[in-house]
Amino acid sequence: MKTLQSSYAVLLKDAQSELRTRYAVNALLMFVVTAAVIVQLAIRSEAPSPSVLSGLFWVVVFFAAMSGLSRTFVSEEERNTAMTLQLVASPTAVYFGKLFFNIVLTLILNAAITFLFTVVFPGFEVRQFETFVLTVVLGSLGLASASTILAAIVAKAGSKGTLYPVLAFPILIPLLMTAMKATTRALEGEPFGAASAEFQVLISYIMVITAGSYLLFDYVWKE
Amino acid sequence: MFGKNRVTFAKFGSVILVSFVLVAGLAIPLSPSPQSWLEFPVIPGLEDKARNLFFHVPMSWTAVLAFFISAVYGIRYLRSRDIDFDLISVSAAGLGLLFSLLATVTGALWARFNWGAFWNWDPRQTSIFVLLLIYGAYFGLRSAIENEEKRGRLSAVYTILAGFTVPFFVFVLPRMMAGLHPGALGDDTGKGPLFETKMIAPNMRVLFYTSLVAFTLLFLWLLNMRVRAARLEYQQSLHRS
Amino acid sequence: MKLTVTKLTKEFNRRAVFRDISFAMDDVDSLAITGRNGAGKSTLVKILSGLLSPTSGIVAYAGDGKAIASDGLRDRIGLVSPYLQMYDEFTATENLSLLSRIRSNNFRFEERSKELLVQFSLWEKRDNLVRTYSSGMKQRLKYVFALLHQPSLLLLDEPTSNLDEEGVGVVQNVVENQKRIGMLIIATNDAAEARWCKNAVHLG
Repeated sequence: MKTLQSSYAVLLKDAQSELRTRYAVNALLMFVVTAAVIVQLAIRSEAPSPSVLSGLFWVVVFFAAMSGLSRTFVSEEERNTAMTLQLVASPTAVYFGKLFFNIVLTLILNAAITFLFTVVFPGFEVRQFETFVLTVVLGSLGLASASTILAAIVAKAGSKGTLYPVLAFPILIPLLMTAMKATTRALEGEPFGAASAEFQVLISYIMVITAGSYLLFDYVWKE
Repeated sequence: MFGKNRVTFAKFGSVILVSFVLVAGLAIPLSPSPQSWLEFPVIPGLEDKARNLFFHVPMSWTAVLAFFISAVYGIRYLRSRDIDFDLISVSAAGLGLLFSLLATVTGALWARFNWGAFWNWDPRQTSIFVLLLIYGAYFGLRSAIENEEKRGRLSAVYTILAGFTVPFFVFVLPRMMAGLHPGALGDDTGKGPLFETKMIAPNMRVLFYTSLVAFTLLFLWLLNMRVRAARLEYQQSLHRS
Repeated sequence: MKLTVTKLTKEFNRRAVFRDISFAMDDVDSLAITGRNGAGKSTLVKILSGLLSPTSGIVAYAGDGKAIASDGLRDRIGLVSPYLQMYDEFTATENLSLLSRIRSNNFRFEERSKELLVQFSLWEKRDNLVRTYSSGMKQRLKYVFALLHQPSLLLLDEPTSNLDEEGVGVVQNVVENQKRIGMLIIATNDAAEARWCKNAVHLG
């Protein structure tokens, strides 16, 4: 299908651009390391409970996402290549290409954050592995999905300052609250089935937000 | 926006009803065994605090209604690009901001007197606060865009996107998480958000539903005024340029 | 492909850039859009390319009796404009290859791109980053990109900006060729360039 080929090409372009300039990857990894260090300094020798650690994890994930996921659209608007892209690609191809780019970026980021948290916080013991992995994967998908269309909105609005987190936070709250709950269960070692309600919410969130974004994207992208 | 007669009806209706509710809700005394219509029964555990219900619930309802109207007119704007729809959408959003602020405050008061603290992160308490955040973000977005077509278009998209998250707050989270609001997990007394089982007294019910109607009329009247003002302002700006 | 424009109006914040523009073009035709700076020539070009929506009015493309929607338009339009930028972190070849891939046309990319890069004297510098290009080279690359997929309609906004004598000569050849095989629209405030076209629409 032409749109599929086209989206894949958009994804490739973004990926190649990223590899060439290394902008996002560098800045984001530095951010993640800084965040982990700051939190560790704040907590010192206190041993935070699983639910606190879970909350901290998703806070860092959220802010990392806010630092990195808008770049895919903002760079196009800033460098005036958005028109070039609009000339060659259908809105749907642009949306899915950039969505998948953000999904890959989020998964890499969250893997890094997981690694850091395991190293920095001795209390961050993933006792129920499957729950944790599934939560992080689903959480990443939902995060990328909501963040992508919001990135497009912010880019078209001139991306002034803190607009991106302000817009994103209310939309992401159901995802964050649910993911935090499930992660707490994973850290406490509850059985896989105990988090089934959370998984259902995460999956329906992903479906609803992705479908909604797909329907709305045309109105954001076309002037 | 509405016919002249309807507006007058809403104007007087809302002023009269809201005043009535204010007086009745706050002044009618409680008594252990109510004899007449002018006495409320004492609900164990709630007593005077029950009066908050006459205000908090209608305010929350109005905040949600405002959101719904803002979203619907946002959709209409996207389809027709008629600036009038955008004016209605913003006007409704402004009222939504006001009512969700009032609902959050009255909710916090309820929380303080019933559950101990002003804020508990109960899912429903959180969701009316999130509605407030959505309105804040909405106005933040609008103020960042100068081009009126782009502003209407992008803010409509945001409202609709936020609308997609509403079912999660209303249906999913409260049932999933243990909360203090009636109807949440772990609460076996109420059947749902509106704990009708507790408000069995007919005079309380009448006052409650009257309050719902009163606040709705108030909202519609205010909306009408705001839309008319917005339209006038818009016409003026055309002449200035 | 035929083009019919009916009562086209564009406003920004209620200020009209142009109002009720109408014209028609045949499948082999040329049109100049003239007007002083700020009259809305570039805006009109953007609308005709499908990059901007008009406030009111209709832009209708038709081929073989059927209407062509914006999806079909992408394969048939080539645009050169000061507003169009290439990706400066990539080389010329990479830009052409990536953008063509996104457009997913079927055409002989290797042959076509070599032909055009040579024609526009970019063949030697084809593997340099666009960031290192002069403004004249960037303009020539835009031509290569616009002509790569052999568009039925070529839109040129300020065709000779940043070009030297040699570049202008190449552009004139391109213009003559396009006038023979398809549609050409030029937006310019230079009277001589406007005369390259059969008809003209004046804005402002």
